[in-house]
Amino acid sequence: MQVFPFLVVAWIVAVGLYGIVTSRDLIHQIVCLIVVQSSTYVLLLGVGYVTGGAAPYFSDVPAHTKAVDPVVQALALTDVVVEAAVTALLLSFAIQAHKRFGTLDPRELARFKG
Amino acid sequence: MTLMEVLQAVVLALVGAGALAVVLARDRVRQVLVVSVYGVLLAVLFFTFQAPDVTLSELAVGAVALPVILLLAISKVRKREQ
Amino acid sequence: MSPRPRLYLFLAGIAGLVACYLWAFGGMPAFGHYPGPYGPAILRAAIAQTHATGVVSAVNFEYRGFDTVGEEFILFTAAAGLSVVLRRLRGEREGGRAIPDADNSNKRTTSAAVRVPALLLAGPTVLVGWWLASHAQTNPSGGFQGGVVLATAFVLVYLSGEFLAFRRLSPVALLDAVEAIGAAGFAAVGLTAVIMGLPYLYNFIPLGQIPGAVSSGGVIPVISFFVGLEVAAAFTAIIGEFLEQTLLVRRGA
Repeated sequence: MQVFPFLVVAWIVAVGLYGIVTSRDLIHQIVCLIVVQSSTYVLLLGVGYVTGGAAPYFSDVPAHTKAVDPVVQALALTDVVVEAAVTALLLSFAIQAHKRFGTLDPRELARFKG
Repeated sequence: MTLMEVLQAVVLALVGAGALAVVLARDRVRQVLVVSVYGVLLAVLFFTFQAPDVTLSELAVGAVALPVILLLAISKVRKREQ
Repeated sequence: MSPRPRLYLFLAGIAGLVACYLWAFGGMPAFGHYPGPYGPAILRAAIAQTHATGVVSAVNFEYRGFDTVGEEFILFTAAAGLSVVLRRLRGEREGGRAIPDADNSNKRTTSAAVRVPALLLAGPTVLVGWWLASHAQTNPSGGFQGGVVLATAFVLVYLSGEFLAFRRLSPVALLDAVEAIGAAGFAAVGLTAVIMGLPYLYNFIPLGQIPGAVSSGGVIPVISFFVGLEVAAAFTAIIGEFLEQTLLVRRGA
């Protein structure tokens, strides 16, 4: 348990990248990119965790109870919402590519130039 | 190992398995459903890491908004293929 | 490059990357032994300095407010870029079955099992989203989560089969205006501090008496409200654009 979360992070990155490299469909690639992004959230929260710490909210517990790190939570929180919008932008590119070239296979798309 | 650590280890293992399931699902609609379940698993993981804010975000985005956007894009592409 | 050699090259690369990762993780402190010093310093000082008990939102909107401005503008740009990319190209027209026929013969009705819960839950979802966006300083809530939940309420209206109601409730001009107000409001709050002679995004509103009350936290609930508006409008606009593409835009002039 000392290092297990970080092993899972490395596993998720490897699996997601494998999906992107061996994919034959642009939308499948975009979803694999979502998986790779999720590994960063797990890493951020794993770094900031304090054993025995509570969530950093003090409306019902006294002000100096041991709590986990709030800074990485703030980063991960804005991350999650913003990456969804960027994924939507990528999907719009995929739709327009399909309209223009009729295919969503990255190998066939690579053959078109200009 | 305390109960919290056991819980975290179990959910971490499930998340790892979920990531593999998302990548191995080749059919588009099936993959969207799997990624929705993966989003819920991630939300549970963030909850066990004592991060309720991130849990809320991940639930709202990964289980609802992102699958809706994906399904709409898939529907548009499928319509043109017909 | 054909698939097989590409796969082998990838496997070699990923082996190297994972090796580097594991080497790095070996040198980090073990899981659960976060050494600080930034986190514990903020936890010690946050409640006294900002009168907000939700420390994550205090970090998001005050201590690291400048980062959040940047993130919000990423969201804004993504939504704007999406509208540009999905513009109507030469050779496309609008029109399709979303517009009801004169005799309703082709109108597919959604099953009641989907319509009734979706419409029943749309109202409470708006309430929950609004509450989340305005209580950033007290509980696990904040502008980003509240905004997404608010956008989900509009999605529920669409799922109950009423695309035209969805479009009427959220016309594109209104969404663009709300999004702009949200983004500009956040930047304006920071600029107001500059006009008063303080650093950008300094907390200039009186902090309030009780830490964790709705009226305390100074500038944090104001920023959170604007962020909630912006995120809700951005997500609703994104989903509206996709829906238009799916339901209305057709090939052929």
